[in-house]
Amino acid sequence: MMKKLIALFFAGFVASAACAQESPDVLVQRVTDDVLEIIRKDRDIQNGDTHKVIDLVDKKVLPHFNFTHMTALALGKDWRKATPQQQQQLTGEFKTLLVRTYANALTGYKNQRVVYKPLKMASADTDVLVRTEVLQPGSKPVQLDYSLEKLESGWKVYDVVVAGISLVTNYRDQFAQEVRNGGVDGLIASVAAKNKSLEANSKK
Amino acid sequence: MTDYYWASGLRRAHRLVLGALVALACSSAWADENPRDPYEGFNRSMFAVNEVIDKYAAKPVAQVYDNVAPLPVKASAGNFFGNVGDLWIGVNSALQGKFGDAGVDLGRLLINSTVGIFGLFDVASELGLERHDEDFGQTLAVWGVDGGGYLFWPVIGPRNVRDTVGFAVGTYADPVMYVRPVSVRNSMAALRFVDVRASLLPSDKVVEEAALDKYAYIRDAYLQRRRNQIFDGRPPRLDD
Repeated sequence: MMKKLIALFFAGFVASAACAQESPDVLVQRVTDDVLEIIRKDRDIQNGDTHKVIDLVDKKVLPHFNFTHMTALALGKDWRKATPQQQQQLTGEFKTLLVRTYANALTGYKNQRVVYKPLKMASADTDVLVRTEVLQPGSKPVQLDYSLEKLESGWKVYDVVVAGISLVTNYRDQFAQEVRNGGVDGLIASVAAKNKSLEANSKK
Repeated sequence: MTDYYWASGLRRAHRLVLGALVALACSSAWADENPRDPYEGFNRSMFAVNEVIDKYAAKPVAQVYDNVAPLPVKASAGNFFGNVGDLWIGVNSALQGKFGDAGVDLGRLLINSTVGIFGLFDVASELGLERHDEDFGQTLAVWGVDGGGYLFWPVIGPRNVRDTVGFAVGTYADPVMYVRPVSVRNSMAALRFVDVRASLLPSDKVVEEAALDKYAYIRDAYLQRRRNQIFDGRPPRLDD
């Protein structure tokens, strides 16, 4: 009995150690392939079932994202002026918005193929860029890059860059505008209102 | 999605554009807080005009095309216009001193025009000769020409002053513009415009849902994307 427990414990330990050591490019590839495989088989998602794809993203993708860092990047220097509570609220709302955007991009996925570029990285690096390319018939390949940072809990994505456009810093001017008009609370309210209207639309 | 495709290459349009540019340069700049968008007032009204044109003309036509044309037809149309565009891409690679790239562009043109049956099939990509992403606006940037202010034009969309000039020059170098009779030229230009607009349909919903302010979202995406293109996909990191 004891032996079995120890063996189990040990197996679990090895497995989690292996996960922690998984290199960022391998992580990106594993998660991408996983998600795309599911989408390819799921008719509901292909027909635009937003809730189903959001569930999928929640389960498979979100654990590998650092939304606090993403939100801080989008807010820029106003981030430090925000109270911890505001930071937390904004992070929550921004996360909802980004997940919906990302999920919708995934439902449009058909006939594409993802190619992974070799990773340039030293073993001591804690911040890397993983480059991929999305190929589709009749169009130019689209560059899709992920910025990852090494945290204690493993590698986490803190930016997604599509064709050179950072999904995170693309919000910087819009966020600054909202903060100028109504402070950080005004910004939180705007993002929350946006999320509500998207939710209402998807129920129709 | 080569830049000047946006245009359907209407010469009259860019004459208008150049005229407006001059008018802009003469009018006093908008006293706005965003230094990256000095003509924001003008741009926002042009953006509104374009939204109407897109909603009632360009987008519905692109949607019909997207629904009716089977994938091989769409792929062939994309390949054909891509092949026509490779010539100007090659010239711009050379103008930027990237002669190896220019050789690849020329090789692509030769292979796809022959083996690829007038460019309907992108055989060169299958052979590992990837299409580059160059235009005259990028060449000007590489030459050190300043971007000038950001502008939003109806139909041809977002481009700064430098890219507007690049676009105008690009239409003169566009082989489609020299096709005769004129009716065939116009049909080709229209098909290309619809093809490009259709290829942007999937991103419509994303922008619509993601943006707090659609105008600003598109502007900032344009600025980031062009910077990325100018540095051939490897822009130096900006400080946060």
